[in-house]
Amino acid sequence: MCLSILAFDWEGSSISTNPAGSVVKPRGFFSRLIDNDIAWSFFHSPAAMIAAFITLVCVMATMLAPWIAPFNPFDPSQISLWDGKLPPVWVEGGQPQYLLGTDNQGRDMLSTILYGGRLSILVGLAAVCLGMVLGVLLGVISGYFGGAVDAVIMRIADIQLTIPGILLAILINGIGRTLLPLELREDFAIYVVIFAIGLTDWPQFARVTRGATLVESQKEYVQAARVIGLPRWLIIMRHILPNVMRPVLVIATIGLALAIISEATLSFLGQGIPPTTPSLGTLIRVGNEYLFSGLWWITLFPAAALVILVFAVNLLGDWMRDALNPKLR
Amino acid sequence: MILRKLIPVCAVALAASSTQVLAENTLRWTSQGDALTLDPHSQNEGPTIATNGMMYESLVTRDADLVLQPELAVSWEPMDGNIWRFKLREGVKYHGGEDFTAEDVAFSFERAKHESSDYKEQVKSVVEVKIIDDHTIDLVTDEVNPILPNQLTSLYMMDKGWAEANNVVNPQDFAGKEETFAVRNSNGTGPFKLVSRAPDELTVMEKNSEWWGDGQFPGNVDRIEYRPIGNAATRVAALLSNEVDFVLDPPLQDLKRIDAADGLKTDTVAQIRTIFFGMDQGVEELRTSDVKGKNPFADVKVREAMNLAIDRKAIQRVVMEGLSFPAGMITSPGVLGNNETQDAEIPLDVEKAKSLMAEAGYPDGFSVQLDCPNNRYNNDEKICQAAVAMLAKIGVKVSLEAIPKAQHFPKIQKRISDFYMLGWGVPTLDSHYVFSYLLDAEGSWNATGYSNDTVNSITKGIASETDLDKRADMINDAWTEVRKDMPYIPIHHQVIAWGMSDKVDAPMSADDALRPRFVTIK
Amino acid sequence: MLSYIFRRLAQSVLVMAAVSLISFSLFNFVGDPVNNMVGQEATREDRVRIRQDLGLDDPIFTQYVRFMGNALNGDFGLSYRIKRPVSTLIKERLPATLELVFVSAVIALVVGIAAGVYTGIRRNGWLSKTILSTSLVGVSLPTFIIGIALIYLFAVTLRWLPSSGRAGVVELGWWKTSFLTVDGWRSIILPAITLSLFQLTMILRLVRAEMLEVMQADYIKFARARGLSERAINFVHALKNTLVPVITIIGLNIGGLIAFSVITETVFQWPGTGLMFIQAVDFADVPIMAAYLCFVALIFVIVNLIVDLLYVFIDPRIRLGGQ
Repeated sequence: MCLSILAFDWEGSSISTNPAGSVVKPRGFFSRLIDNDIAWSFFHSPAAMIAAFITLVCVMATMLAPWIAPFNPFDPSQISLWDGKLPPVWVEGGQPQYLLGTDNQGRDMLSTILYGGRLSILVGLAAVCLGMVLGVLLGVISGYFGGAVDAVIMRIADIQLTIPGILLAILINGIGRTLLPLELREDFAIYVVIFAIGLTDWPQFARVTRGATLVESQKEYVQAARVIGLPRWLIIMRHILPNVMRPVLVIATIGLALAIISEATLSFLGQGIPPTTPSLGTLIRVGNEYLFSGLWWITLFPAAALVILVFAVNLLGDWMRDALNPKLR
Repeated sequence: MILRKLIPVCAVALAASSTQVLAENTLRWTSQGDALTLDPHSQNEGPTIATNGMMYESLVTRDADLVLQPELAVSWEPMDGNIWRFKLREGVKYHGGEDFTAEDVAFSFERAKHESSDYKEQVKSVVEVKIIDDHTIDLVTDEVNPILPNQLTSLYMMDKGWAEANNVVNPQDFAGKEETFAVRNSNGTGPFKLVSRAPDELTVMEKNSEWWGDGQFPGNVDRIEYRPIGNAATRVAALLSNEVDFVLDPPLQDLKRIDAADGLKTDTVAQIRTIFFGMDQGVEELRTSDVKGKNPFADVKVREAMNLAIDRKAIQRVVMEGLSFPAGMITSPGVLGNNETQDAEIPLDVEKAKSLMAEAGYPDGFSVQLDCPNNRYNNDEKICQAAVAMLAKIGVKVSLEAIPKAQHFPKIQKRISDFYMLGWGVPTLDSHYVFSYLLDAEGSWNATGYSNDTVNSITKGIASETDLDKRADMINDAWTEVRKDMPYIPIHHQVIAWGMSDKVDAPMSADDALRPRFVTIK
Repeated sequence: MLSYIFRRLAQSVLVMAAVSLISFSLFNFVGDPVNNMVGQEATREDRVRIRQDLGLDDPIFTQYVRFMGNALNGDFGLSYRIKRPVSTLIKERLPATLELVFVSAVIALVVGIAAGVYTGIRRNGWLSKTILSTSLVGVSLPTFIIGIALIYLFAVTLRWLPSSGRAGVVELGWWKTSFLTVDGWRSIILPAITLSLFQLTMILRLVRAEMLEVMQADYIKFARARGLSERAINFVHALKNTLVPVITIIGLNIGGLIAFSVITETVFQWPGTGLMFIQAVDFADVPIMAAYLCFVALIFVIVNLIVDLLYVFIDPRIRLGGQ
């Protein structure tokens, strides 16, 4: 839903002007994307800088987990059940090697959160990339060519949007698991989740891209390019894609936050990543069962990690949304 | 923003208004899942049996200690020629005012034997119900059946006239298009009458003042309000916030919190249910293993090593919060056949397990998938997870697939699981139930492929052996074979925990059923 | 225009047909219903017989045609789990979900628009920034955590509100309503807040963005130049112009709220269609799952149809039906 609302915003209004896009002298892809105005805006927005910093720290810490985490919680032979449910080190009964305590299986919370966060970020990124590539591709095709192609693609998107994302993810997940050979299921669980979340994302990207493409392709410069006989794919690549990239990037950022939450929700419903290699979502689901038991660290730390991560990404997306909207400068 | 300020104000006002004084003794209780139907012969499933048992009654019942007690029958005895004779209670009336007679018993058996009944297995040995007089019947069995009364404790008696009048002579058929009258209406002889029923939402019953047992039981409950709550944390919250008086299935880890709360208490008792892992030793090659061309589980050394690698004490202490009994066999104390020798815990011995693995030709272990339910047994998924770590220490690389029970159990029934968790309760309190389902080569829940001729023949033998001492010896011999062959990895016998208000006094029983006729409210 | 509407209707029918196909495919992918209908002691013969009774052994196409035929008559069969007609169950459960969604939508709209307008006008005020940042927390927390936290705070710790369930319902014909009793309102507050937070944040942000944009528009500048009061500008001119997209969104939101109610209802044991769906998933109760999917899809399709028709009026630049 979040995405479709954004989509609306962009489709309806803000896309329509982009002076940089005008006629013959196309600038480089990236210099258009991140021009000086944006850099200026970034360095004058403390919120954006803090968000970027937190995101960066989260990403670095989790990606480097195999090197900086004290234990490898994904290796079952390292786990001792007798160490289970130990509190954080500053609480009575805590042990120095387990800084944030241990979970119900005896895994070090800190290491588990780092590894789990890595999984969450990777799942989120992969899902968003999948949705983005698919959506932008189909959206541009749909918007530029129109007619029957447009109708078919948009109807497929409609079908998809008529089934709420989380239901669809449950569905895809269920079918994916059934179709996979038995011995591959655990290994592929993560890909099935990525696929399930990514596939529910694409229509949002497609709608935005289509809307923007529709508007752009009515513009004089594109009409002109068409008149002078440039090949269609070249017009799309050179003129339309760069203009569409800004809203898409914003949606992707917010989509990343949403994808991480979707993964957590899938896991909460018992449809996500298996508990032997937990993501943040799985950790919260397990921790949730200990909410009333006094073992607060099992719930609180993963939940806090998730919220901080998603919050930072959302904040970044929020800033981008304003900064990339030329009307608001 | 205004709303945020308003909420606390309203809330205080509302909180004051809703604490009404309950004039009568109302038992408000909750558990995870509601009864599936009120039709007493349609579903053979725990919560359904328990709920219906408050309104309907059977010939023979069990008290909280699971001892057989007369209910609608006052006495029973075996006669010559495969016959059990039951004397029926006189002067019993249904909630609708109809008299309870031998006709109703014959009708109920007929109904339970109908194709669409879920109880026909239990009564299949009964070939005829002979009405001797209005309050005496003979149950004729196909062959001698020494445990028939044990099989009748959840076979509820329905009024023939009521069933005919409401067109529910047969239990509802699976392919039927319409809901039948008996699904949401009830007419039993029991201590409580149905007031209203909204499935999965709220079921209200009130005391049947005409009940034959009125005054003979300690219970003083006038009204029962049952509201199922699926999410465990929410269920506990309802108890903590005083919205219910009784929770049938609080999560084990929350018991301390419940105990610590003002005005709440917990109670625990050993359950007749054992949790164990099954290993498919029958197939040529495991479906999920890296070992090809042979089946590691076919080697008893591997099965023993797997058994030795499990630290049952750690599971008991850490996963189960102390609330389990480490097991050495797959059936619980209280079941005929369980004894201390057979049930002696299999000790943890990682070194021996490793050397057994090496002897069997797997010094570096092998990989296999463990199938596990995640919403069926106490902490099921967590036990499996702990087992994964323990087996990793002898080189067995286990990948875990934990899924809802609705998808887990078909794998066992279709025999497509290499390694799985299962729990087994024994309503008849007799080992025959375990052998015939889990250990006999033909057993419908034996997905291990285990077949031992001695066990198979004893399974058949004890079905009709009437010399009880000899029968007990046979059962013990069979268990000795099983302990030697280790087709399963026993983990523990479950413990039932209830959470309730201090005002409620409910006797616990090993079958996890709430028996409101014994419940008192202060 | 008329032909466009007709084409759009035809497309919607096509969409529903596709969704029904997906729903139907559930019957073959999720769990094994037979196993859930019989006790653990049922024999293999029983299972075979039930499969035949249910027609599970017929060719897939035959099964689909039968499913579609029945579905068009509103007949989704009997729930495998509780053996009651699925259409009756949905009818019974619908009021709970719709009332929850209604209250959530009202909260989301009222609070969302008010806060959105405020933050749009006071773009750089500290309160605006606080509201914006806090609202981000609302979308950064998974729904189930919010729900559990609210229960913990308001039901367990403070004991102001019930933790779960739907108490105090009054029957108005077949419709059970929470709106007529104090207990009814007490039970609906927590789940409604939980469900509304996400949409609230979205509406807040949308209204804010629209406000920011509209405030830059020429006609606002003119209005200012004409010396109209700030209040008149803010509420008469600016807000009015942001409302068009907001109203369009509301429709879509209702669909979103219904989808998200699955999680909220699970946490609060709210006896609506979402809870029924989750119970059905756990039990592989396919008739309910299929019917629920079709039902949600139908709501989305209708809303989408309306929104698409509105597009035409909102932005005539988007010429419909291609070149």
